[in-house]
Amino acid sequence: MESLSGRKKVLEQKPMTFMERIYLPAIFKGMGITFMHMFKKKETTYYPEQEREFSENWRGMHSLKRDENGKERCTACGLCALSCPAEAITMTSAERQKGEEHLYREEKYAAVYEINMLRCIFCGLCEEACPKEAIYLDGPIVPSEFLRKDFIYGKDKLVELSITDLEAQKGVLA
Amino acid sequence: MSDKIKVTIDGIPVEVSPGTTILNAARQIGGDIVPPAMCYYSKLEGSGGKCRTCLVKVSKGSDKDPRPMPKLIASCRTTVMDGMEVQNITSPEVVEARKGVVEMLLINHPLDCPVCDQAGECHLQDLAFDHGSQATRYEFDRRTFDKIDIGDKIQLHMTRCILCYRCVFVADQITNTRLHGILNRGDHSEISTYISKAVDNDFSGNVIDVCPVGALTDKTFRFKNRVWFTKPVEAHRNCPTCTGKVTLWYKGNEVLRVTGRKDTYGEVADFICNTCRFDKKATSDWVIEGPTKVARTSVINSNHYDTLQPLPVIKKNLVLMAANKVEFEKAVK
Repeated sequence: MESLSGRKKVLEQKPMTFMERIYLPAIFKGMGITFMHMFKKKETTYYPEQEREFSENWRGMHSLKRDENGKERCTACGLCALSCPAEAITMTSAERQKGEEHLYREEKYAAVYEINMLRCIFCGLCEEACPKEAIYLDGPIVPSEFLRKDFIYGKDKLVELSITDLEAQKGVLA
Repeated sequence: MSDKIKVTIDGIPVEVSPGTTILNAARQIGGDIVPPAMCYYSKLEGSGGKCRTCLVKVSKGSDKDPRPMPKLIASCRTTVMDGMEVQNITSPEVVEARKGVVEMLLINHPLDCPVCDQAGECHLQDLAFDHGSQATRYEFDRRTFDKIDIGDKIQLHMTRCILCYRCVFVADQITNTRLHGILNRGDHSEISTYISKAVDNDFSGNVIDVCPVGALTDKTFRFKNRVWFTKPVEAHRNCPTCTGKVTLWYKGNEVLRVTGRKDTYGEVADFICNTCRFDKKATSDWVIEGPTKVARTSVINSNHYDTLQPLPVIKKNLVLMAANKVEFEKAVK
């Protein structure tokens, strides 16, 4: 049958010559190419021990930022969740109580903030929508897990460490 | 009853009865030519004339005296004359003046929309988005107040108030005694109750509905959810004190908030009582009528772009313009 679109290409199959029929030249040629690659630069890296250099505009895991005084910037306005095309973000807001001023910047804060990393497509729209400069996709590749529930990242994984926490961590390492 | 008189607003003629204000005449036409209003509220007697957002230009006073009015006038307070010609969005002067009004209104209004519960249904937000400029020229600190509780269900956040006086008119209208008013003058003006006394009237909750900004908010809804994540549903119940016609704001199966039914101009049809507003928050309390119609431009209908922004390459190329004709026609509201 003739193709209607005219874009079909029919492969012509000629009978093989003697050299092609014995296969050995082709096999040795292929082995030669494989052997040559042993002396070339490796294209793979030993992830996660080694990491490739990321591009400047790489978008990885989200982090919820703190301001210069270590207060959480997020005010649970919900614009990231609204802009999210994959419906990956959800949150519950709460009112800041007296005595919590050093923890949260605004009078409202996100008590629960969850991102489903399986839904997230890392488009960066949440980062763009955020009026408080609270969320950035500046982290590494999201690590793999065995269970689906472990991909729902809460505030414990998303909020960046405060300066005191960072110093404490350094102290442990030193 | 005298005859109807004819006025022209932005070139559209309309016949209205004498004594109608320009704003209401424009509302009879509807559409884009209706001047925005922050303080005028058709259900409240005496409201209007304070915010100056409804400024229009009268290019012809009337048939008898065709001289234009010397200055821009507040359309909510000016009644129509026979043969009057009004310019609203067709006059660059009005557009420019409205931009100035928005800037003035925002001088003391905090830009805490991410925190504010009114965001998404805030008239000032819409107004600033449609008519305002992106930046402010004001360099000084905005005035701030502590939050005040008016009763146990209403919170007054005076910092956000734009002094439209609507809530004062509600308080005046629903009660015989004066309970709620404005203290001090000028820049120091402040909405307050008499010696911080609670407004304990059955209809006091309506100050929440009439407030165009987030100054008076429902404490039972405080920080519960964002307006655009909740689904409005019309419902009614047999209420002994009010008409019982309300809008329920659902999140999942839960009623987060009950408000009066608002029309296109954000004005409630009927004032509802506090029992309906604050206490009846179960679906079983209500007879559901159906989903509320939400304007296409509302943030509740987010992510739908109403104007097509063609790429520069399409604008130059006539063939591409013709090919995208259907899409261009869709963009027309």
